[in-house]
Amino acid sequence: MATEILMPALSPTMEEGTLAKWLVKEGDTVSAGDIIAEIETDKATMEFEAVDEGVVGKLLVKEGTEGVKVNTPIAIIGEEGEDMSEAKAESAPAPVALETSEGRADPKPANGASPSQPASPRPAQTPDWPEGTKMKTQTVREALRDAMAEEMRADDSVFVMGEEVAEYQGAYKITQGLLDEFGAKRVIDTPITEHGFAGIGVGAAFGGLRPIVEFMTFNFAMQAMDQIINSAAKTLYMSGGQMGAPMVFRGPNGAAARVGAQHSQDYAAWYSSVPGLKVAMPYSAADAKGLLKTAIRDPNPVIFLENEILYGRSFEVPDLDDFTVPFGKAKIWREGSDVTIVSFGIGMTYALEAAEKLAQDGVEAEVIDLRTLRPLDYDTVIESVKKTNRCVTVEEGFPVGAIGNHLSAYIMTHAFDYLDAPVLNCTGKDVPMPYAANLEKLALTSVAEVIEAVKQVTYR
Amino acid sequence: MAPRKTAAASTDAKPNVSAEELKTFYREMLLIRRFEEKAGQLYGMGLIGGFCHLYIGQEAVVVGLEAAAEEGDKRVTSYRDHGHMLACGMDPKGVMAELTGREGGYSKGKGGSMHMFSKEKHFYGGHGIVAAQVPIGAGLALSDKYKGNDRVTFTYFGDGAANQGQVAETYNMAQLWDLPCIFVIENNQYAMGTSVKRSTKSPDFWERGAAYGIAGEAVDGMDVLAVKAAGEKAVAHCRAGKGPYILEVMTYRYRGHSMSDPAKYRTREEVQEMREKRDSIEHVRQLLLTGGHASEDDLKKIDKDIKDIVNEAAEFSKESPEPAIDELWTDIYADVAPQDA
Repeated sequence: MATEILMPALSPTMEEGTLAKWLVKEGDTVSAGDIIAEIETDKATMEFEAVDEGVVGKLLVKEGTEGVKVNTPIAIIGEEGEDMSEAKAESAPAPVALETSEGRADPKPANGASPSQPASPRPAQTPDWPEGTKMKTQTVREALRDAMAEEMRADDSVFVMGEEVAEYQGAYKITQGLLDEFGAKRVIDTPITEHGFAGIGVGAAFGGLRPIVEFMTFNFAMQAMDQIINSAAKTLYMSGGQMGAPMVFRGPNGAAARVGAQHSQDYAAWYSSVPGLKVAMPYSAADAKGLLKTAIRDPNPVIFLENEILYGRSFEVPDLDDFTVPFGKAKIWREGSDVTIVSFGIGMTYALEAAEKLAQDGVEAEVIDLRTLRPLDYDTVIESVKKTNRCVTVEEGFPVGAIGNHLSAYIMTHAFDYLDAPVLNCTGKDVPMPYAANLEKLALTSVAEVIEAVKQVTYR
Repeated sequence: MAPRKTAAASTDAKPNVSAEELKTFYREMLLIRRFEEKAGQLYGMGLIGGFCHLYIGQEAVVVGLEAAAEEGDKRVTSYRDHGHMLACGMDPKGVMAELTGREGGYSKGKGGSMHMFSKEKHFYGGHGIVAAQVPIGAGLALSDKYKGNDRVTFTYFGDGAANQGQVAETYNMAQLWDLPCIFVIENNQYAMGTSVKRSTKSPDFWERGAAYGIAGEAVDGMDVLAVKAAGEKAVAHCRAGKGPYILEVMTYRYRGHSMSDPAKYRTREEVQEMREKRDSIEHVRQLLLTGGHASEDDLKKIDKDIKDIVNEAAEFSKESPEPAIDELWTDIYADVAPQDA
């Protein structure tokens, strides 16, 4: 009986990959454990093993094919002597079946773009680059790497340290190629000791260098929290302005997919509560690049919160020699007069998709991407609320002490008379992140929740 | 002293020390002691608030090690930091005024006893979280190695901090990357009120360096000459690019952990015996007198000079105004990099 071999998911967030190479040909006999193909993702190249013995019947996907979706049949394996030409294959489960959360479908993959997918949303106003600037399509991952590389070329005191940043090329490949260009002195692999290397980074910043400390994820930065808060954020104040820590702590933050409670937390509200820190949380590739360059040049400690799911997404990035985005300037992605939706980071995926759907129902939402949470562009939010008289906030973090809570209070204080409805906060649920796919989806906020909140505040 | 052997035996004669230098040691150690006594008084008068950790008894550690340092070398320590600041040449007036929370303090009154810094003297704090300064010290050393100079960083911490996890993490990386960092464990035998023997199974902290391949030794911290000699050895090791070095300096604090110490965890007799038999200032005083390098009158004159300096600092710390209200909102963010070391 013939069995279909499906495109495997090699990481929790993988949605598609490249079938780089077949190591078997039709007619070959394989045993369990034989390597039959090499699969490439934007993060890694992995060998793919046969799980059963049999004869390779058909190779359904040619080697070199990009953008092969997870769970697509890639080959048929049958028993010896079986005629596979008319084989009706039975699907074998891929090693990891990935269910994507709502609102997470990649709007425009880097390559092999499917025409059925919508193009990247574009901002309606507040341009960050001159009109007519040549644009290029880049993933958030490439944009972040380019930002670091450009700043390292411009300033010898900038270096990057962290786990697997050098020889491994980055656990999420954000530092890919940096070791080759800048060498081991400036691209430093650390042992797995977050508390220690974060502190060493702080000391190096005190000593006049510009460290970029990469945390493999911000979940691990909790081991280093004392150095980030007590040493990096507070020294300028405690020293009466004599010395501080000009540095960047960066890495993926928030839920990825199916990695459980300890690896799925959004720390945006935590860091944003601390005076002395600056906090950036980009959504698009252009903002990832422009904000990271600004962060590296900033004379203060900057928490730079990235997102694993956004790493592989593509956006238009201005093709400029030195493109930066200032801190404290929100971006209006979509203008509208009925309601203001405020979000940041991956929350923008929900906000923008909800706005599209709402528009079909005749509700025009104005969508604001805060981009930086400290400093926070209150003016843009207040101006918008004065126009729409309604506000919904969107984030993946926990609901108690959320950024949305803070904004609600601020809007109440500064635009109370303009509000026609209470400000509603769409957040993650008040639970540790569950592993089960259905529960994880419920624990995050969703496009449906954003739409429902908008309907509530617009009394529809 | 703890009843165990130290690698460097206490001796009364060190050929590398001149009479003049011996007098300088006396003067500097006395400055720290009188300064701290005065701080204790001002605390009692309510002029100093919050936490105040006095260095009395441990003076030979910083004075001996500063004698081994050169211009451009860095230092970083914990919250028991007044002695370190005075020993590296910071102005007693600015230190005392910081203790009283006044505008004339090193941090404009915004740091307090535990948080003072001096860019000029390469003093990087003043850190209030036990052992947080240890990776910071290694990072300062990394900055010098990165820049390609031969400066070293003195990273001070206590026997209590030595058990913190980040010390182990830092040892590993410091040796891995050959960082020019001298880890100075000031073993005053009590982590707050917990004696080393109640907190630590293996009592020789410096020997832990062997697990990471870091050279080190223990030294009699009540003998300023022994401390200086060990410091020179450590500095030479680091400057030569051989990586970090651990100095466990056996010392003793006469006063409580902070001002609110219950003094129940050790006997009065134990403290008294250390003061009478092992006092570091008395040791140098006797060397000066018995060696004929100074007369009683010479020393009296030094005593008076020091008293004047400390009184002047105390006066300044009382007269300096409280920081302007605007200072609440300054120094939270830098517009330009606050230092370019």
